[in-house]
Amino acid sequence: MTQLSEVRDLEKTANLGTGMLRREDQRLLTGGGQFLDDLPFGDFYEAAILRSNYAHARILSIDTEAAKSLNGVIAVFTASELGPILKDLPPKVTNPKLNYQVRLPIVKEYARYIGEPVAVVVAENRYIAEDALELIEVEYEPLESVGSTAQALKEGAPPVHIGSETNVAVHLIQQAGDPEAALKSSPHVLRETLHVARGGGHSIEARAVAARFDGPTQQLIVWDNTQAPHYVRQMLATIYGVSEDEIRLIAPADIGGGFGPKAQFYGEEVLIPWIAMELNHPVKWIEDRWENFISATMERTQTHHVEVGFDDDGRLLVLKDVFEHDQGAYCVGLKVPTITMSTLPGPYVIPNIHSELISCYTNIVPTSSLRGAGRPQAVVAMERMMDRIAEHLGLEPAEVRRRNLIQPDQFPYAVGLTFRDGSPLTYDSGNYPALLDGVLERIDLAEFRAEQIEARKSGKFLGLGLAMFVEGTGIGPYEGARVRLTNTGRVMVSLAASPQGQGYETVYAQVAADAIGCDIDLVSVRHGDTSFIPYGQGTFASRITSTAGPAVWQASTQVKVDIIDVAASMLKIDSGELVIRGDRVEVGDDPEKGVSLAEIASIANVGRHGMSVARNQPVAIERTSYFKPSQAAYSSGISAIIVSVDVETGKIEILRSILGHDCGTVLNPLLVEGQVLGGHAHGIGNAIYEEAKYSKDGQPLTVSYLDYALPTAMEVPTPELFHVVSPSPLNPLGVKGSGEGGTVPLPASVANAVEDALRPFGARIREIPLTPDRVLAAIYGFQRDET
Amino acid sequence: MKPSRFIYHAPTQIEEVLDLLWEYGDEAKILAGGQSLMPMLNFRLLAPAHLIDINRVKALNQYSLSDSGLTISALARHRDLELSPEVELAYPILHEGLTNIAHVQIRNRGTICGSLAHADSAAELPSIMMALDGQMNVRSKSSRRIVPAGEFFRFHLTSDLDSTELLESVFIPSMKRNSVGAFDEVTRRKGDFALVGAAVVGTWSERGTIEDCRIVCSGVAPTPLRLLEAEELVSGTDLSEEVLVAVQQLVMESLEPTEDVHTSAQYRKKVTGVVVRRGLARLAEQRSVVNV
Ligand SMILES: Cc1cc2nc3c(=O)[nH]c(=O)nc-3n(C[C@H](O)[C@H](O)[C@H](O)COP(=O)(O)OP(=O)(O)OC[C@H]3O[C@@H](n4cnc5c(N)ncnc54)[C@H](O)[C@@H]3O)c2cc1C
Repeated sequence: MTQLSEVRDLEKTANLGTGMLRREDQRLLTGGGQFLDDLPFGDFYEAAILRSNYAHARILSIDTEAAKSLNGVIAVFTASELGPILKDLPPKVTNPKLNYQVRLPIVKEYARYIGEPVAVVVAENRYIAEDALELIEVEYEPLESVGSTAQALKEGAPPVHIGSETNVAVHLIQQAGDPEAALKSSPHVLRETLHVARGGGHSIEARAVAARFDGPTQQLIVWDNTQAPHYVRQMLATIYGVSEDEIRLIAPADIGGGFGPKAQFYGEEVLIPWIAMELNHPVKWIEDRWENFISATMERTQTHHVEVGFDDDGRLLVLKDVFEHDQGAYCVGLKVPTITMSTLPGPYVIPNIHSELISCYTNIVPTSSLRGAGRPQAVVAMERMMDRIAEHLGLEPAEVRRRNLIQPDQFPYAVGLTFRDGSPLTYDSGNYPALLDGVLERIDLAEFRAEQIEARKSGKFLGLGLAMFVEGTGIGPYEGARVRLTNTGRVMVSLAASPQGQGYETVYAQVAADAIGCDIDLVSVRHGDTSFIPYGQGTFASRITSTAGPAVWQASTQVKVDIIDVAASMLKIDSGELVIRGDRVEVGDDPEKGVSLAEIASIANVGRHGMSVARNQPVAIERTSYFKPSQAAYSSGISAIIVSVDVETGKIEILRSILGHDCGTVLNPLLVEGQVLGGHAHGIGNAIYEEAKYSKDGQPLTVSYLDYALPTAMEVPTPELFHVVSPSPLNPLGVKGSGEGGTVPLPASVANAVEDALRPFGARIREIPLTPDRVLAAIYGFQRDET
Repeated sequence: MKPSRFIYHAPTQIEEVLDLLWEYGDEAKILAGGQSLMPMLNFRLLAPAHLIDINRVKALNQYSLSDSGLTISALARHRDLELSPEVELAYPILHEGLTNIAHVQIRNRGTICGSLAHADSAAELPSIMMALDGQMNVRSKSSRRIVPAGEFFRFHLTSDLDSTELLESVFIPSMKRNSVGAFDEVTRRKGDFALVGAAVVGTWSERGTIEDCRIVCSGVAPTPLRLLEAEELVSGTDLSEEVLVAVQQLVMESLEPTEDVHTSAQYRKKVTGVVVRRGLARLAEQRSVVNV
């Protein structure tokens, strides 16, 4: 086994640490991107899906005759034609205590949310397919339904799953210390109930699946714009009862956004390839925006009942949080609420913690992770209370935070809870005081407070809000990379994970080039095709840089050793004297003497037919490495927001947004900045604009961008971004995730800023997003009809 | 989100358009900028058997400004009028309203007449037309009629047009000397329809009082809503601070606004008074500009 190096000093690397432009940009910015629906498929049938328009109903009969006889319709499928694949789609993360309910690819008897697939029409084109949907007659027996966690948990609520006694999906408690005793003995205790609304991922490209059975190779080829190609292949192999080699899953090189919903597994992904095999003809299904609104998974709905106990100096003694989480109609996974449970304590020393989850089923499209994944809600619960403590004691919120922060010398820091990856919640690295200081260097608190008081005299209400967070990233089990020297003397890096705009083709070329020491232009990166590398997990949970990154590093380091050993054998010189420069391996002090990478490939990979090879000379320069982190790596950050609130209209103007971010070593500052800024835009949406609304019985009320206020560039201020770098000791690159940190603190910091602005009114912000309506309700105390 | 099947007509003459409307009536829809119609077709909220695309009718693609007023034909786009310095000078409130409609891309395609025919009660132009006393020139194969803006909007998304009629143009009489106007609104995002909006117009008299005041609100009722009581309260006053406070109070107390997914009735009740007051305050500010 070769001794592996570590990257600790980016000053010494040729490519890592520089903000290289994305290789992907040229094609993306000139309209050359190849998204799933752009692929030159040719003769594919198109599918459209009939979706339940009842939040809860029993299907008595489905008549597809009229639809089938429409000109141009190829076939119509319902559960009765799809017996072999009516198999459970299991949750991605589960728990033995889960009140388990089967989720099928298509409704068999009970439809449990509006948007659940009921029938599939395959036609010559999508227009005809949609015409046919209107001809399908479904006889529904409507059943009582619930459209919120509050409804679902009410005494005598109608069951989402008939036969289940309760709508509770899972009830979990985690504790550290003795929270009950601490609450009794705390000099001060504050309580609040805080609600965060539902929202969606809103990738610019919605979901899409296409499939074709390839007769000559007897292989099913599936194109799917998923975040997790190997996971989907595994699920399909299990459900279809075939070996993984019989399915090739391709996530196209360009995918228009993921954000979590595309990391889940859906009925459509089972239905479309199966139907393509049944019809023995290629089929594609492109989800449209309306379908995306009602059938792609969402996130965020949680109601927190939070209590904090603290001493006269504002030092935290205990945190108790009991929260309700909306699982939707089925449990797609328990990752989100379990992440919430362990994100609560954040960067603070809290000796006693009680974190309790009551997750329930509702008659709404299921929830799953969405950029931030349970963390924004946890940060709302914790950080809103930090501000309340400051208010209660008459202290600056920044000061209360400072007094409670875990110090840089306390790492690894054991919080006392368990993270979603099953490991004890132990922070590996961080420098939380530096994050707070970074903000205070940029905002002069005394000056701001003076300005705030002055502004009020002219009817202007300014507010400052902070929020800090710690974010578990880079989780296991593993991620893989295969690195190869090609016949042309180039380096081909194949990744299992597929990107959705993150710039893998750029950053992993930087990693491989620096590990090998070759010219970066010689390195190509490809991804997303299960035929490139046998195993992988996927892009989600801000995990790829700290899992695939080290895998690329390791495999490339091994390839470097192989290259040098072959060259040594060819040049008959000790490998210690050789260096890789550009596209050659050369003798360190005699550069004239050397061989090209192409020549090395020719000797090692092509070889001479039938001839034996010297004992020490490697053959077939190709290394596959799977990196398995021992536990999550913990990123952290801070958001500071200054707002001006129009107290007559409830409109919020963001005057400044500052983001401090620590994702360990920054491999490509430009890409990291892009991730954080994108996350920040999502966070602004969650804080002020986005809300998926439902009636009390589960009718979706916001199914277009007319009604769902996704922020545009006009609504998102450009944040002032700074980095604190505390490298993770858990991987050779020292990296931690950066994909979600921009989102996580925003709902809390904006709410804190608005409440700060409205302090003269004693307004209480309890619900997010902060729509004009909610802001005025908080100021004037009028009642709103919340479900 | 694909429209149902329709037959597409692309006439080049107004007469052809009128013939097609006469022939197909209820079965047909006019396609102007398509910014409201296309989404409705794609959602299959509408499924007309015939689509009459008027974009090739050159005679409809114009607007003209004269001493008597501004005539805007069916194909004039939001952006055409918005970018006209003459229109901005003659009707600052119209210019202001236009800049509040959607985004540039949409204003490049969307038409003034299309917006009026669409009759969205939360849109800017219907209120502004009522405030400016605009007149709809409505034409069918068999008749022509002029409908005052105040009678044109019947219900949310329903105008006075019958299925054979084309809104050929809209006429806005020129503003009197010393007339001023302002448009104020609250939206969720830049470019959204109004949660509440108010178009206010009035004329400063020699005596320093505001006369013939019109106050028309967007987004609070199934049609643009004229606030007659509030108009009465402010007309003849100098729009002093007390008057503004009183009118805000009156609107807040008397209005019974609608509730929808965008915001509550309570919110509209509270904030309509605010936008009316802010609009009127801007008329007060313009008093010095008009030299009275
Ligand atoms: C994202 C977005 C945001 C928007 N925001 C706003 C906003 O903030 N405020 C706002 O006011 N509008 C907004 N709009 C709507 C926009 O202003 C439309 O352009 C306008 O409402 C309709 O004009 P159009 O020419 O596109 O009409 P079309 O969509 O072509 O037609 C609309 C309707 O009017 C009928 N029609 C059109 N012209 C005539 C005519 N001459 N005679 C008879 N019937 C006719 C059509 O048959 C159809 O029923 C927005 C649109 C979009 C897509």
